[in-house]
Amino acid sequence: MTGPSRIGGSAGESLPFAFAGRRLQGKAGDSIASALLANGIVTIGRSFKYRRPRGILSAGEDEPNAIVDVTLDGVRVPNVRATTQALQAGMEISPVLGRGAAFLTRVLSPFIASGFYYKTFLWPHWHLFEPAIRRMAGLGRVDPASRMTAAAGGSLSVDLCVVGGGRSGLCAAITGARRGQKVLLVDRQDSLGGSSLWRGEGCADLVAEVQALGAMVWTGATAFGAYENGRLGVHRQGEGLASGGSLWVVQTGEVVLATGAMERPLLFERNDLPGVMLADAALHYLRRHGVLCGSRPVIATNNDSAYPVALALAGAGAQVMVVDSRPASARSKAVNGVRVITGACIARALGRGRVSAVELDSGQRIACDLLAVSGGWTPTLHLCCQAGGKAVWDEDRVILVPAFPVPWISLTGRVAGDWAAPDDLPWEWAVAPEIPSSGATRKIWVDLQNDVTLGDVELAARENFTSVEHLKRYTTLGMATDQGKSANLLGAAAMAQATGRRATDLGLTTYRPPYAPVPMAALAGLSRGALQSPLRRLAAEPAHRAMGAHFRDYGGLLRPAFYGTDESSIAAECIAARQGAVVFDASSLGKVAVMGPRAGELLDFLFAGRMSNLAPGRVRYGLTLNEAGIVTDDGVVLCLGPEHFLVSCSSSHVGGFVASAEEWRQTRFGRDQVFIHDRTAQWATMSLSGPTSKAVLAGLGMVATLDDQAFPHMSFVMGQFMGKPARVARVSFTGERGYEISVPSGLAVPLWQALIAAGAAPLGIEALGWLRAEKGFLYVGQDTDGETMPHDLGFDAPRLKRKQGFVGDRALQLPVAGDAERKQLVGLARADGGLIPTGAHLVEGSPRRSIGFVTSSHLSPTLGRGIALALVEGGRARIGAEATWFDLGQTGRATVTPACAYDPEGGRLHV
Amino acid sequence: MTNPMIKPGPMICPFCGPRDASEFRYGGDPSVARPGFGCSDADWAGYLYVRENPRGLAREYWVHSQGCGQWLVAERDTVTHLVLRVTEATP
Ligand SMILES: [Zn+2]
Repeated sequence: MTGPSRIGGSAGESLPFAFAGRRLQGKAGDSIASALLANGIVTIGRSFKYRRPRGILSAGEDEPNAIVDVTLDGVRVPNVRATTQALQAGMEISPVLGRGAAFLTRVLSPFIASGFYYKTFLWPHWHLFEPAIRRMAGLGRVDPASRMTAAAGGSLSVDLCVVGGGRSGLCAAITGARRGQKVLLVDRQDSLGGSSLWRGEGCADLVAEVQALGAMVWTGATAFGAYENGRLGVHRQGEGLASGGSLWVVQTGEVVLATGAMERPLLFERNDLPGVMLADAALHYLRRHGVLCGSRPVIATNNDSAYPVALALAGAGAQVMVVDSRPASARSKAVNGVRVITGACIARALGRGRVSAVELDSGQRIACDLLAVSGGWTPTLHLCCQAGGKAVWDEDRVILVPAFPVPWISLTGRVAGDWAAPDDLPWEWAVAPEIPSSGATRKIWVDLQNDVTLGDVELAARENFTSVEHLKRYTTLGMATDQGKSANLLGAAAMAQATGRRATDLGLTTYRPPYAPVPMAALAGLSRGALQSPLRRLAAEPAHRAMGAHFRDYGGLLRPAFYGTDESSIAAECIAARQGAVVFDASSLGKVAVMGPRAGELLDFLFAGRMSNLAPGRVRYGLTLNEAGIVTDDGVVLCLGPEHFLVSCSSSHVGGFVASAEEWRQTRFGRDQVFIHDRTAQWATMSLSGPTSKAVLAGLGMVATLDDQAFPHMSFVMGQFMGKPARVARVSFTGERGYEISVPSGLAVPLWQALIAAGAAPLGIEALGWLRAEKGFLYVGQDTDGETMPHDLGFDAPRLKRKQGFVGDRALQLPVAGDAERKQLVGLARADGGLIPTGAHLVEGSPRRSIGFVTSSHLSPTLGRGIALALVEGGRARIGAEATWFDLGQTGRATVTPACAYDPEGGRLHV
Repeated sequence: MTNPMIKPGPMICPFCGPRDASEFRYGGDPSVARPGFGCSDADWAGYLYVRENPRGLAREYWVHSQGCGQWLVAERDTVTHLVLRVTEATP
């Protein structure tokens, strides 16, 4: 009983690695699986549910058993498929031991049948059991400290993408390239040639031609998903274990699938014993890695494709016995040096922990150290089926085919059911799956990764879960990380047999991306850490930092929250604004130019208030709505000159305003008469505010006059700063006299420094939020919600005067807009001057019912008491009345007030 | 399959040429006309919320939002997802 060993030459660099603590040697070019086999290791891990020992079944991404955790250079990567991961020197490989239901199996039953969890943990409630069961579930261990890297992916457009670099795929790529198409050839292996690398002599001539024709070739790449309009998702492996690789979206004009076919296992008792391997995999390990997987193999087959394997293993010195379930044929008689038993099936595999013999249905026993099996072939139709092809069984051709043609996908080679005979003999490789008559013993495994037996399938059938979709969900067949590549067709055939139907009646479950697992690191790509959601920053950030600004992220923009070490400075900033002069960096406020003969007309349409009659030099406040009449933003419009306006919208609404304005411009007004240009980033804006702001500004000498007659509130003048144009507008965000100074953004720092030097104190965004709340100035999105209309905020004219010709005009006349119980913006005040939590509900009645909620709430340093803004049903009619607020179990009383709590006459603007 | 001869491919912006589909954003149904101010409440509600959901050929607004910013009208097959024609949007 020798088992697998390396018989190939000594060529190739030696790679030391460890498996389960054992120090071993592999060779350059090895996969983890081939390196383990070369070291005679047959048992790789324990199964998911029953913790049964399992070995390597396949040589590709269909592998259900050989899943390992790998650590290299301090990075631990869980659940690596040993058959597709290249070996690297220094890898520490641990078996993945299914934690399984070990304790359950000890106390309850040796096996957990289909639906066990559903049936057993129904009472009193599944959630009582779920945590313990969840702990048992899962495969490898994730190390949260380990970070895989990823490279930048991208998108690519080609005329033709060929998936699969075997002989058929190479021919398709050559044909396309000769036609002048831009061709991309994608193959999951590290070398082109597909199965000819072990079934033939390779395809060096075709590879050379593909390269000479200039086709793009991606090896080590998996086309994992087919998406609408001819797009493929492609994962390219990175360099080494710790690289998650890169993710590509390939836009194709057409796709040729040359993805070949996957060999199916045979079903017999204890077919999960280590040492049971697909026949094609045994050939793969021999030819690609010089590993003979057994010196005394039994090759069990129901088709001709195993005979070349038998000859190759015999040629490598193995003592081969073929067990063919079919009658003797020309091929079974033509294998010299190999013993063949025809008309016989494997009844069971024998051995403790690994295969040591097989028992045929005749009762005959044959000793062996490898049981190579071939149960036929399933075309790898995944991408075609993801695109809507739907796989069905073709009784005549005895093979799986797409039921519907996908116009942009064609099939070639084995995936199309086309496999040329290697010689002159008949070549019967397409065969129907064979299902044993009864799985009553329950030790016949259909899905090895999820431990689903033939008995489970039969139980599902008895309990009337007879469609393939129910079978999958009830037994978990096909739901493991291999997505049932070796199991699905056998499961469907077993269900067909158990219910007396034909395989054609059943079909297969839906194929979904990804074809093979894609590392999360590749999906994230470079979008993580600081790059995940890159912050926009202010031009004057260094100047703010120099003054001790504490920065926070406000909707993706890094802005000074306050100046100082903690939030206690916010109140001081508020008081400075009411008593002296403060400066606030408002550079992110929108500065969107609207120009052209129809500029005024467009603005009249965009705002719920007229803008076209603004005189040059004047400023007007306005609201924008959507067509449902809901307030989307507020802002001011400056008239820079005839046919030239500047819209100053909220910082976080610039993108939305421009997008909406462009939509109406292009679809309603036309491109020729009005133009929109977002100048937000080109101009820095400092907002100077407070009773002494006029004096501070005078010190800068930027504008000719600050006389209030010549330069009244809601107007602007042009001046100069450091020889560059400066625009100074009299607007107010705080309720105090205010000047908004805009200069080219390169002058942001000197302007800030000049204002500070002239006596202004810095004001952060938090203090601004308090100041504007004292005034009842609303923040759209905070003090409004998805139902707020202008008249809910006190802007009654658009609705009452039945104004028309703007976005949302008609919606303001709908019955819902006239409802007396609409939520309206009001203020709240507690008798004790205390704070009402933001988010608290206003409630009334019994049982209590919410009539609104608090949108902003602060302890006003100016007034020395709590102030709050709230949206309340029929709020304005309630002014002066008492209301009850409720928050997280706490209740209290408050008086409903007008929204503006400070200087309602507006006299402070002119102080 | 409206026309099996038409192949999938990148969206072709009349201003920028073939560009990756991720650069474009759907913009609604261009056939929905904005009713006048004198329309009924039901007409306005229909304009706001009621849309056809055609199987097969559909005319759709698309915006080249990560490109030239132009509004476009695409003729697209909602079954095959193939984009048959893209023209600039006009009022
Ligand atoms: Zn474009």
